[in-house]
Amino acid sequence: MTAHETTPVLEVSDLHIEFDTRRGALKAIDGVSLQIAPGEILGVVGESGAGKSLTGTAITGLLETPGRISAGQIRLEGKRIDNLSQEEMRRLRGRDIGAIFQDPLTSLNPLYTIGHQLVETIRTHLPMSKKEARRRAIRMLEEVGLPAPETRIDQYPHQFSGGMRQRVVIALALCVEPRLVIADEPTTALDVSVQAQIIAVLKRLCREKGTAVMLVTHDMGVIAEAADRVAVMYAGRLAEVGPVTDVIKHAKHPYTRGLMNSIPTILNDVDRLEQIEGSMPRLASIPDGCAFNPRCPRAFSRCRTERPDLIAVENSDAACWLVEETAMTDRSPWPTSAPSPTADHRRGANA
Amino acid sequence: MNMTQEIYSASATQTRPREDVSDMPSVTPVFRIANLKRHFDVSPPLLNRLLERKERQVVKAVDGVSFDIYRGETFSLVGESGCGKSTIAKLVVGLNDTTSGNIEFEGEDIATHSRQDMDAIRHRLQMIFQDPYASLNPRWRVRNIIAEPLTVFGLLDGQKAIDERVATLLECVGLNAQDGEKYPHEFSGGQRQRISIARALASNPEFIVCDEPTSALDVSVQAQILNLMKDLQREFALTYLFISHDLSVVYHISDRIGVMYLGRLVEVGTKHELFRRPQHPYTRMLLDSIPDLKMTGRARTPVGGEVPSPLDPPSGCAFHPRCPHANARCKREAPRPLHNVERGFVACHAVEEGRLITRA
Amino acid sequence: MSTTTQRLGNSLYRFIDSDLFYSFRRSPVTIVASVVVVTLILAAILAPWIAPHDPFDVSTLSLLNSELPPAWVSGGDSAFLLGTDGQGRDVLSAILYGARISILVGLASVAFAMVLGVCLGLLAAYVGGAVDATIMRIADIMISFPPILVALLINGVARGVLPPEMQHDAVIFVLILAIGLTTWVQYARTVRGSTLVEKNREYVLAARVIGLRSRAIMARHILPNVVGPILVVATVNLAIAILIEAALSFLGVGMPPTEPSLGTLIRIGNEFLFSGVWWVVIFPSMVLVLLVLSVNLLGDWLRDALNPKLR
Repeated sequence: MTAHETTPVLEVSDLHIEFDTRRGALKAIDGVSLQIAPGEILGVVGESGAGKSLTGTAITGLLETPGRISAGQIRLEGKRIDNLSQEEMRRLRGRDIGAIFQDPLTSLNPLYTIGHQLVETIRTHLPMSKKEARRRAIRMLEEVGLPAPETRIDQYPHQFSGGMRQRVVIALALCVEPRLVIADEPTTALDVSVQAQIIAVLKRLCREKGTAVMLVTHDMGVIAEAADRVAVMYAGRLAEVGPVTDVIKHAKHPYTRGLMNSIPTILNDVDRLEQIEGSMPRLASIPDGCAFNPRCPRAFSRCRTERPDLIAVENSDAACWLVEETAMTDRSPWPTSAPSPTADHRRGANA
Repeated sequence: MNMTQEIYSASATQTRPREDVSDMPSVTPVFRIANLKRHFDVSPPLLNRLLERKERQVVKAVDGVSFDIYRGETFSLVGESGCGKSTIAKLVVGLNDTTSGNIEFEGEDIATHSRQDMDAIRHRLQMIFQDPYASLNPRWRVRNIIAEPLTVFGLLDGQKAIDERVATLLECVGLNAQDGEKYPHEFSGGQRQRISIARALASNPEFIVCDEPTSALDVSVQAQILNLMKDLQREFALTYLFISHDLSVVYHISDRIGVMYLGRLVEVGTKHELFRRPQHPYTRMLLDSIPDLKMTGRARTPVGGEVPSPLDPPSGCAFHPRCPHANARCKREAPRPLHNVERGFVACHAVEEGRLITRA
Repeated sequence: MSTTTQRLGNSLYRFIDSDLFYSFRRSPVTIVASVVVVTLILAAILAPWIAPHDPFDVSTLSLLNSELPPAWVSGGDSAFLLGTDGQGRDVLSAILYGARISILVGLASVAFAMVLGVCLGLLAAYVGGAVDATIMRIADIMISFPPILVALLINGVARGVLPPEMQHDAVIFVLILAIGLTTWVQYARTVRGSTLVEKNREYVLAARVIGLRSRAIMARHILPNVVGPILVVATVNLAIAILIEAALSFLGVGMPPTEPSLGTLIRIGNEFLFSGVWWVVIFPSMVLVLLVLSVNLLGDWLRDALNPKLR
């Protein structure tokens, strides 16, 4: 795996994020470790509230009170960044870490032309004259596929369509060639036909420039298409990390498996979708042992008492005791006909 | 391109399309929507128009749409943002007034109904909304939210009868009868959507409009809700009008599908016809853009262009600027529906002229 | 019966457990302010029972006791804790009775303005179109005038219209009307803003789908969801209303000296100020400032506590 040979661009180790509330500290992120190699796209998926966006926010240093990093380290190219001051972090953002958010409108200042914003960003971080910066901005807009960049550079954000605006945001995030880009739901606000265009642009540019990307999304389709590796989050923890094809086609964790099977497909007709019973626990009431155990069709006694860490299995890592059990008995963790949850789905809502 | 072929061939090997006609539940439509139009006046105020010499501006959100919905089926409308699908949902349940056209519910034109006439049939039409966080009044207990249709329609007498009915409804959607005492904020998104469904079922409706009911939910919860909706449809013989932008969900839930583009229907057909033998170039484009997990790493064929502003739609066929098969006639003339399939049609000059070979 | 008490117990528990109560407990300034407000209101309500003298009972007044300084100053009399005014009235008692009238006028005018403003605001936003335009233009015109000026105008008109024998009894109602009519705009605007947001939310659409009448939707669905901001406006406006009343009374168009409010007391006291009799004006002024400041602090806290963005 190329990912392990070179120094990773981003290395998060044992990250804990807590929210101080009047009822005590809530663990929102509980021991997350991940790394991204140069030019690699790591997809981070999970249900809302699983902590995927929060992880991205912590890396960009934009975590706001009452949230705080209570333990763990974040390293950018080997250098610790989780303990930097606000000012140092501000300089790092934009220069070394680029960010792309869901709503392109909030990332662009409506009062300035896109050219002004691009030139300003470039000149803040790179020693360039206005003219050079403008040339670079135009080249950047061309690269993200904006038609007629020489004229459109002097237009205001509202003069662009949603898809074009998101292209501009990508240009803005990549214009100083950061080492790492955090893309938080970059396609969620866009129409399906435009989503594909944006993903293609993001993927091509990061490949060309060797930028590491953390792609946070709830859309498995986007992950399947863009990511090299996938990290699946559940209740503030990592459930599974692995190459995209392994995670999607041969998921090791029952949660990932349930998630994949619950997605409707147009390839064949099914009367009922496979569903995971119940819903993700709230932060205040995460069960003992494996956080997924009350919903897991294959949970056994150990799952209820002991929390599993990531365990290597084939190409992936999965936080599941089943993986270890089967490694010892040397059986495939999944029988060919995996027993699908048979309980009446209606019970699910109360779990 | 690859993928489309894969899908189309999949139909032959994996699942033979059901014999649609024999499977159709009934012959007379529950809803017959004919040449429905809804235009919104978005002009600046009179004073600004006079001072700044601005023109009157009209958005044709729905511009001449016709389709039928048959008893017991799920009819879906799909399309990208701004295509008018949600406006149709609101028109059908009477939340918006029509500009022109007919909405016939079991032979009665409800577009021209007076308030009193509408009241008589209202309990038979219900709606489920998109945002489970906005569709329940945060200040009301769940039991009162679900009971509201019962009390407004005066369907049940006495508090006891209402309480019993609410308890039954809660259990029907997979919640506990005791949950009625709680407030909406005590539930997760999926549970709230269940409450919303219970409210819609309270008045024993025959027809439910579902406006993107799962698009605000996580996929695993989406599966729960879609399964629930299918079960309830069978149990209570419901007819659904389902609005969504997610083609995989639409394929899963629907019997027939209508594809909308800028206020018009471009193609209607059974789900198998539409997904396996799409006719309209826009339908094909949409299908090509579906991401599918089973095809990891395969880039979707990115389609050029975006939906134009509904304020200034293109002339002729609204899709012509993005259409690879457009010619001079497409720019000039809006295509008329060509009824070349059972209970469906396509509106495209290229198909009509045979310039476009139907992929099979 | 038991279920009622149980429910009551539940709602009490919910209140004690609520975020609102939590933020209240954590704000010492707010606790002090609310203690002051509650004390003043209680004192005002109980004035007839706790006041050492009845300042309006002419038979008990004695000119011998006039202009006595506060009890702790030499020459003071322990019977008159805060001293007496030119007619020998006990300043403390006068303040207690005066605060009673000030608070009464304040609360009543706030209630009046709130009902008027909330109804008009809801109507404007929900109906929209010409109704909205008309109501909001009237509101615009109303707040283009300084409130004191409008109150003076209404006060003057009322005095001109009413027969002289009714004027004395009606003065308190004229004040409430005048203050209410000048302060409803803020309620209307607040409610209109929130209603414009709420009326397009899906729970309102759901109510419209079942054919609920507009009046019922406004009262049962929208109103409970827009009360938060109204409460904030009401609290801040209580302070404003008390101040306007004081100003009107100070200008001599409010409460008469025979039935003084805090404003009237200050006006009376003002005449004594240059003769060195400071206590007649200082003590009512201090009470007024304390009352208005505390109410304002409560309003500020309420605004922050109810604003989810600041939490």
